[in-house]
Amino acid sequence: MKIFEIILLVCLIVCAVSVSVTKDLLTSIVIFMSYSLIMCVIWVLLQSPDLAITEAAVGAGVTSILFFVTLKKIRAIRKEEQDEQKEG
Amino acid sequence: MSRRKDDLADSRWGRFKRWLDGEVDPLMAPDMETVAPRSAEAAGQAGSAVREEAAGQAGSAVRAETGGQAGSAVREEAAGQTGSAVRAETAVQTGTAAAVQAGAGSAVRQAADRTALAGTDGSVRSAAQAVLPAKRRKGRLYDRVYQVMSVILCLGIISVLLWTIAYLPVFGNAGNPDNNEVSARYIERGLQETGAVNIVTGMILDYRAFDTFGESCVLFIASCCVLVLLRIDKESGAEGVKERLKAADDRRFEPKEDIILQKCAMVLSPVIFVFGIYIILNGHLSPGGGFSGGAVLGSGLILYLNAFGFEKTERFFNTKTYRRITVSALSFYCLAKSYSFFTGANHLESGIPLGTPGAIISSGLILPLNICVGMVVACTMYAFYTLFRKGDM
Repeated sequence: MKIFEIILLVCLIVCAVSVSVTKDLLTSIVIFMSYSLIMCVIWVLLQSPDLAITEAAVGAGVTSILFFVTLKKIRAIRKEEQDEQKEG
Repeated sequence: MSRRKDDLADSRWGRFKRWLDGEVDPLMAPDMETVAPRSAEAAGQAGSAVREEAAGQAGSAVRAETGGQAGSAVREEAAGQTGSAVRAETAVQTGTAAAVQAGAGSAVRQAADRTALAGTDGSVRSAAQAVLPAKRRKGRLYDRVYQVMSVILCLGIISVLLWTIAYLPVFGNAGNPDNNEVSARYIERGLQETGAVNIVTGMILDYRAFDTFGESCVLFIASCCVLVLLRIDKESGAEGVKERLKAADDRRFEPKEDIILQKCAMVLSPVIFVFGIYIILNGHLSPGGGFSGGAVLGSGLILYLNAFGFEKTERFFNTKTYRRITVSALSFYCLAKSYSFFTGANHLESGIPLGTPGAIISSGLILPLNICVGMVVACTMYAFYTLFRKGDM
């Protein structure tokens, strides 16, 4: 269990650093989601399951969705939309 | 989902980023490059006043104009000298080579006070570097100092924070200052006083109910702010409302009736809804409560909306429903708990029997308050999403 905790914490730090280092915005949001999921597991290990539920729903779910919508609004992923439309 | 860099370069974000990096001047016309050759052809006579905007790597725009005569605009890539050389040659072809050089010479003198760098030709560029103004050098020095200072500041903050962490109490130590009489009281008499098996919910919605009221109000205010910022009023009849609605609604770019998403949502969203309702209703018995359950419900609603479109969700959820649910839930909470504001945050008996601990209908006001908080949170999450997507609910 100790090793598992250490692995989780190292992953947390790696995620946190790579969010800010990543050039691509879409990738950094996905990494941010995984950060929230790791944090959720850590909350369970710290015996606070209600925080874990909230973290999974808000941190990994709603916040990332709002980030995606914002990326779309500032036309950072416009090209793919056009490609999809052509294919579809 | 391959993302190339040149896709990003055209987008608004790409331009913003280039502006941040100091590569372009935002006030400069975006079609500067296309203008350049045309005006170079048009230039019968020459002479060039040259202006440089770029920081170091690229995009120093060079513009030529002499008095009232026609100008020739030349764009110079600082790294690749080819661009400027080629365009200088086009100027030569129009038969103004000598004039260009003479004009450039005068332009250097003119531009010196404007912190400009002349460069239509190799020789002219070397001359220009000789007159590289002291102001620019000062700017580069400032940039260097700025970078060094920011690194030092970052390291300083990191070391101060780490130093503070070293003085924090050890995690899980029994003698920590948070192990005082307050938590002892909550643990010993919480079940007896609030009737909630989940002590956390007992604390949040009974002892500290007024704080939770403030939190739900904060959520409501946040959604109101998003409403004020992003909502497009359909009924106002102002000019261009339809265009704005169309521009805000980016759903028409998406593949509609996506069969994979719809099948997944058909299976998943009922489970998510039931789980959210379970978390809310069991808030006083098991981990969770109004906030977590509401967030789960809200994300389930967003999934349903993404799969089946706005037409289906608008049948049961629009602005009117949002207003009714949020206002009634908040006012019920206010009526039920705000009396403690007048009694100096002291606990008052609600008069409702606490019931048997562990039963679903027990612990007095906690269950209805949980439902209120859950509904406010779910509505807020959903409202955020729809307002971001199409500027309306």
